[in-house]
Amino acid sequence: MTEALQLPDHAAQLTAAPKSNRFLRRVMIPWLFILPILLVHGFVVIIPSIMGMYYSLTDWSGMGEPVFIGLENYRRLLFDDPAFMKALGNNVIWLLFFLTVPFALSLLAAFLLSQIKTGGYIYRVLIFIPYILPSVVTASIWRNLLNPRMGIGASLTAWGIPGFDVAFLGDTSTSLLSIAFIDNWHYWGFLTVLFLTAMQSIPTVLYEAAKIDGANRWQQFINVTLPGIRPTVLFMLMMTAIWSFLVFEYIWILTEGGPAGSSSVMATVVYKNAFRSFEAGYAAAQGLIMSGFAGLIVMIFIILRRLGWEV
Amino acid sequence: MFNRRQPPAIFNHVVLLMLVSFAILPLLVLAFNSVKSRQEFGANPLGPPREIQWENFPRAWEEGNFARTATNSLILVVATVTCVLTLGGLAAYSLARINPPGTDSVMFYMLVVSTIPIWLYMVPLFFMWRNLGLLNTRLGLVIIYTALNAPFAIFLLRTFLLSIPSELEDAAMVDGANRFQTFRQIILPLSWTGFLTVGLVVALAVWGEYQVALIMIQDSTRFPITTSYNSFNEEFGRDWTLTSAGALMMIFPVLLLFLSLQRQFIAGLTQGSVKA
Repeated sequence: MTEALQLPDHAAQLTAAPKSNRFLRRVMIPWLFILPILLVHGFVVIIPSIMGMYYSLTDWSGMGEPVFIGLENYRRLLFDDPAFMKALGNNVIWLLFFLTVPFALSLLAAFLLSQIKTGGYIYRVLIFIPYILPSVVTASIWRNLLNPRMGIGASLTAWGIPGFDVAFLGDTSTSLLSIAFIDNWHYWGFLTVLFLTAMQSIPTVLYEAAKIDGANRWQQFINVTLPGIRPTVLFMLMMTAIWSFLVFEYIWILTEGGPAGSSSVMATVVYKNAFRSFEAGYAAAQGLIMSGFAGLIVMIFIILRRLGWEV
Repeated sequence: MFNRRQPPAIFNHVVLLMLVSFAILPLLVLAFNSVKSRQEFGANPLGPPREIQWENFPRAWEEGNFARTATNSLILVVATVTCVLTLGGLAAYSLARINPPGTDSVMFYMLVVSTIPIWLYMVPLFFMWRNLGLLNTRLGLVIIYTALNAPFAIFLLRTFLLSIPSELEDAAMVDGANRFQTFRQIILPLSWTGFLTVGLVVALAVWGEYQVALIMIQDSTRFPITTSYNSFNEEFGRDWTLTSAGALMMIFPVLLLFLSLQRQFIAGLTQGSVKA
């Protein structure tokens, strides 16, 4: 319709150069709108990613010319780097923690929230607040609360409940799980709100039917709620698994991977190699392997979806 | 009749109050400690203050260089939000309303690249930035933040723009309006909540961003508020009244914005889980 109305005005022009004009309007100008952000993204993400693949095959300090050494970095990483293996193991512990604790907490909270009639709005906002805090603030709050002399443990001891006044972040046996606990404090409210939104779209008829069949609340949760929000839960399990292999901030801020590597993860090892030990080539190889784990999780979910899992 | 099987709602409220306390009490302790004197803190590190004193705030403001670092962060926030909304908005507008050949490929490409983990390119990016002279500059950070937020912004803005019926636009065009006029007079008034949502999420992300700033900014006069707060914490780590006051000043604008616009915040953050 637009074309037809414009035709008389531009008739001469259109017959003179019909093809190029149409090309300009339909292709050139729209692409001029798209290109700037694509270029910025390619410049920051794509080009360095490709460079990283090359650097991973070199011996390079970050200065001077990289020396090509083939797969030597990968050999060293797989067979000759206990620090990296220790970090990988910690990533797996982190993964197991984050696929269980925050999911249990947030499913409980969202289920309870979905059933109450008053006050749900306030609870939801308050539970969400830790998620919007900057990581440095969350870390600072909990570093103080977990301090053995001034924190929660010290007060519990003073009230007659001993045993919690230990240096959670400074002890090799507790450092990793303490940081996971802190990161979870920041994370579980986000999951709660996501799950609550999904639960609210489950038709209430299904709950009515379950009640008539005599289902108690636990049975309703298992047979109505969980199947109803399955796509959201599975998607968040995938995202959480990916993040678990890339985690950096909380660990770096709180312990830098210490004490004695007890809370180190792959990202803190890469950071130290690249910016403290000047092994940029080796760090690039480690970064690539880390990303491989994240890619692996995506692959697993794509395969499950192909198998008809409705992920 | 069936209600007898159901435990009373009071059970839900009791458990929910416990969960809310877990989320909020640590913040409350932070607020308590920010107005205690050091002596009182020593005797009472968790409870409410017996005597309120405000002088921790100006002291933390001075000692933590908040005037400079908050300005640095504010510049980063404003510049990044502007870049993301204009560049991302242009692209999303084109992809949603003009639909040129290749639109599906662009969206698929964005989906794939949004899953690339930061550690695949961070090390080469650092050395690339050093060679280009972008290390230790705000411009360098703004370029990175814009790129990192681009996929999320394009997805969300495109969804918003797609929901506007195309008849409105066609009608305006029939009346002789050009693309720019239709954008300003039809599209923008109908999709500004989408732009607001994206702007809020990006602003929040940049204000609290730590990892990229840690790597790219080493000159302490250019520190944003996050990395600077961390050094402040290391320097004054023993004086928790001071670090608590600093933390509160840092999260005050965030909390204020969140509480006044929490609908947009929650929508943006929960729909933006593709970002990472």
